[in-house]
Amino acid sequence: MNLMSEEVIKAEGLTRVFNKSLVAVDHVNFSVKDGEIFGFLGPNGAGKTTTINMLITVLKPTEGKASVLGYDIAKQAYNVRSVIGVVPQEYTADEDLTGYENIILCADLYGIPRETSKKRAVELLQLVELTDFKDKRVETYSGGMRRRLELACGLINRPRILFLDEPTLGLDVQTRAATWNYIKLLKKEFGMTLFMTTHYLEEADALCDRIAIIDHGKIIVGGSPEELKHSLGGDIITISIKENLDISDLVRKVENVKEVKNEDGSYRIKAEYGEVTAPFIIEALRNKGYTVTKLSMTEPTLNDVYLEYTGRSMRDVEESREAFRTQRMTLRRARAR
Amino acid sequence: MNKTNEHRPSRFHGLWALTVRELKKWLKEPIILFMAVLQPVLWMGLFGKAMNLGAMFSSGSINMPEIVPIPGSFLIPPQSGTIAVNGSALSQMFADFGPAMMRNIFGVTDYFSYMSVGMISMIVMFTTMFSGMSIVWDRRLGFLDKVLSTPVSRGAIIFSKVLNAALRAMFQATIILALAVVFGLQVSSTFTPLNILGVYAAVFLLCVGLSSIFLALALRSSKQETQMAIVNLINMPLMFASNTFYPIAMMPEWIQAIARVNPVSYLTDALRQLTILQLDASALIIDFAYLGLFAIVTSAIGILLSWRYLTK
Repeated sequence: MNLMSEEVIKAEGLTRVFNKSLVAVDHVNFSVKDGEIFGFLGPNGAGKTTTINMLITVLKPTEGKASVLGYDIAKQAYNVRSVIGVVPQEYTADEDLTGYENIILCADLYGIPRETSKKRAVELLQLVELTDFKDKRVETYSGGMRRRLELACGLINRPRILFLDEPTLGLDVQTRAATWNYIKLLKKEFGMTLFMTTHYLEEADALCDRIAIIDHGKIIVGGSPEELKHSLGGDIITISIKENLDISDLVRKVENVKEVKNEDGSYRIKAEYGEVTAPFIIEALRNKGYTVTKLSMTEPTLNDVYLEYTGRSMRDVEESREAFRTQRMTLRRARAR
Repeated sequence: MNKTNEHRPSRFHGLWALTVRELKKWLKEPIILFMAVLQPVLWMGLFGKAMNLGAMFSSGSINMPEIVPIPGSFLIPPQSGTIAVNGSALSQMFADFGPAMMRNIFGVTDYFSYMSVGMISMIVMFTTMFSGMSIVWDRRLGFLDKVLSTPVSRGAIIFSKVLNAALRAMFQATIILALAVVFGLQVSSTFTPLNILGVYAAVFLLCVGLSSIFLALALRSSKQETQMAIVNLINMPLMFASNTFYPIAMMPEWIQAIARVNPVSYLTDALRQLTILQLDASALIIDFAYLGLFAIVTSAIGILLSWRYLTK
């Protein structure tokens, strides 16, 4: 029991091969702790959705195993399905039905008694602010409203773990920020564990307690966003001086400076504790009679982490024809609103 | 300790929820129902009424001269020379053969009654075909994946579609029968309102049988174009190698062989027995036994395949 409360999801050598040749997920190992938001970050086609589909028992693993709340995803799929909630990448709500009818349908699929489901539906619609639209057909909803409805549906059975697949795919910036707030609110309200995938760096940074960067079906690096940023080895200080002389060696001698690059007269300095180190660099330069004309400092973003580990090129490989098609359809429908 | 809990849906709860979903979708689009009924009505009007086989043998279509010469060798015992026969009497004689001939071939004297009952079989074929298509749509829109991630029984996912097809077809059959009566369908003397229940039962059985097949074919398909091509290929022989439009006895041997195993023939015969023909109890029992067996075998296959193949 104690073990269960620590690691609610555990994957060991989880692998999925499509059509005997396309390795979508390649022997991944990870574990998710109780109560955290765990994010899978990676470009399109990295294997995020395939991983989530295996965990929610919609796809069978080709190799390896995984457990959700102690239940084996292959052998105890029924138990897994009973304790999880899923918010898929696509808009899966039935467009011909109203928002309320969709929620009740979801509740029925979990076998929730009608009395309970009616009460919960009202609460959840309130939570995602769709009460005013509950009797409107879903086809009239905007992308953001649909996403909120999906969230509400995913919560109807009060899941211990909620799976979110690309929760803000195709949404505009404001709607995305609003969706993040809902996710945070839901986690606070229900105190559950969240497993999410995203290819938006800001999203992983804003929401996740821990992330795993996945590319080509393999987990490349994992940790909290802070740890990952720190692993890059410090802040970037950019400096320009009036004099046309090389100061690289001088700056290198300053404590905590790790790397100096002369880029056409301005210097790119990688340093730990940038806020503290920058004044020392200026002082060292002044003492030798140099005049600093410009200085700027950036802390590493998850973007830098991402580029560092996945390489510069963003691949756009289709995960499987089907996944690609559904994603495209979702995007198209989202944009059509 | 926390607000979460586990739910164990009864088999029936999920099945009913999914069936209600389909029915709601259907009721919200009356235009689809309208089109689904319009098509067989057009067939009935254009084909059933225009192909007026009964009229071919009426006195109006047989124009004999006033006096018809007949060779004496035709007579028993043969005579030499030629004898003259009254032409209009001869016409009348042939015209009287007409209904007898129709009755012999079709079992009824008007083709319209014969084929409009066949239209119910056509409705069953098309409705079940579309229920197979709808699972392809559910897969493409992601709805199927969401349902698969819930604890609802895999069999219920399939059977809700089957049930939905059956309910739709039964409803449409009611409309078609009512319209056919308005347009001149003549029920037999053995018909009682209770027979309508038999019509529903027969329609239900074939719906279960056919939609299980179409759904099983669609289980792994994600392209409706492929699915459409497959079901069209199946539906053509199902419709024409059966007694929907013509009696089996009039077909060449090899088509007869297909028609005799074709479940559509058994449905159509059962429907005709119950409405326009003099009820032959033993034939009806055979029809129902065949339809029942077909439904059981195909739905068992469908549910087995859904357990095996819905999760990829």
